[in-house]
Amino acid sequence: MTAEPITGIVTPIRLDYTYTPGTSPSQFLRGMKEGRILGRRCPSCAKVYVPPRGGCPMCGVEFAEEVRVADTGTLVTFAVVNVNFANRVIDLPYVSGEVRFDGSDTTSMVLVQGIPVDQVRMGMRVKAHWLPRDEWDFTFANIDYVEPLDEPDADYESYKEFV
Amino acid sequence: MRDVAVVSFAQSATRRDQTRNEVEILLPVLREAMAPTGLTTHDIGFTCSGSSDYLAGQAFAFVSALDAVGPWPPIQESHVEMDGAWALYEAWVRLQHGDIDTALVYAFGKSSPGDVARVLSLQLDPYVTGPLWPDAISLAALQARAFLEAGHDEKDLARVVARSRRNAVGNPHAQLSGDIDEATLLDEPLYADPLRMHDCPPISDGAAVVVLAAGDKARELCERPAWIRGIDHRIDVQALGSRDLSQSASTRLAGEKAGVGGRADLAELHAPFSHQELIVAEALGLDETATSINPSGGALASNPVMVAGLVRIGEAARRLSAGEGERAVAHATSGPALQQNLVCVLEATS
Repeated sequence: MTAEPITGIVTPIRLDYTYTPGTSPSQFLRGMKEGRILGRRCPSCAKVYVPPRGGCPMCGVEFAEEVRVADTGTLVTFAVVNVNFANRVIDLPYVSGEVRFDGSDTTSMVLVQGIPVDQVRMGMRVKAHWLPRDEWDFTFANIDYVEPLDEPDADYESYKEFV
Repeated sequence: MRDVAVVSFAQSATRRDQTRNEVEILLPVLREAMAPTGLTTHDIGFTCSGSSDYLAGQAFAFVSALDAVGPWPPIQESHVEMDGAWALYEAWVRLQHGDIDTALVYAFGKSSPGDVARVLSLQLDPYVTGPLWPDAISLAALQARAFLEAGHDEKDLARVVARSRRNAVGNPHAQLSGDIDEATLLDEPLYADPLRMHDCPPISDGAAVVVLAAGDKARELCERPAWIRGIDHRIDVQALGSRDLSQSASTRLAGEKAGVGGRADLAELHAPFSHQELIVAEALGLDETATSINPSGGALASNPVMVAGLVRIGEAARRLSAGEGERAVAHATSGPALQQNLVCVLEATS
């Protein structure tokens, strides 16, 4: 007689955390609540990080001054999404892009709307579309998406290091 | 074997830090440890870190922490999901290769965001013990019961705690310190029978950094380097029921391999629970009358998880470099109820 083989067991795991983002990220999140995008400048290489974490990862030094960056920027690269994530309710296909907000030296992943998918292009100038003010919270999700600005496309040379 | 020494050490103050993230805690400690050596990140041959992402519940926290080092252009780097003492072991092995002369070791941990006693349950085997969710304090209490029933007295535990608190008075990085007599401690209520609250470690967030150097490089960087004369780590079987919890076979073996020989001016033993210090000291053949045990106050005074073991090596080395002794034993532990143990013998002479 052979026993039925056990091929797997289910072990429930649950851990609860009260997460602390840290000094610089907290400042960024408080800025979002007020509709401002706040970064921090590295005192060594002068790059501006959005959002800032703890220090400049290139130089290994603590951040210095706080810098407010614009909510306009350049779409440096993008992907057309044809398969939805679970619970996502955006009509397919949609565009997920990396935007370098003006004044920042990092890019942020945002949704691109307000333009047919087949007309989205690298170098396109965009502007943040914010949720209604009464819905703002301590989150980057206050920027619902970016949409095209009526400006000429940025020159490739100006954003090639972010691609 | 190539001679390798601890040439610099720094640690953060330990407390529940609800303001800073791991990188923000680590950055000033890294700077403090590097400063006396005059080295920069890019002078370092190898970098190794120890931490656990489960503590703060932040996936890839160990990658983010590299921001503090400034690893650009790319550096040679590694990480252990363990206490930083094991990162130091890896760095020591790496230095044995002979092609590099310096190594940077760091550890960080934020225990305060989660319930650390439950987080540590995830170290247990996932099939038999893990699903029961025995927390780390309950497992330590089981071990303390086995220890007392093997012929020890709870007064011994109180003596360890009183000494830890007294020694920690002189340690600016400690969280718990003070002059408390043993009778007062024994009047406290039981917390996890037979342990009282003070037999258990505080919840600590913190970081520590050690700089290692080999041979002449160590002599160049430090006036009185703390040489690693032996280092070894061993592990007991995973099933708690298969171990004699009142003793630590893996500590005994690691101590023999590292060459402890029962001799040390001072010893920093990583014992988060009071009874564990007695088990470890016994396994290493250390006698309290001949050796100053946990002059920093040890892990009962501050216990940044994933950091406290590296701090033992750093504290022992720092004291030798400062001339507080010529020979020290440092010990680090990992896993439930002293499951895995590392022993390091350090020496410094003028």
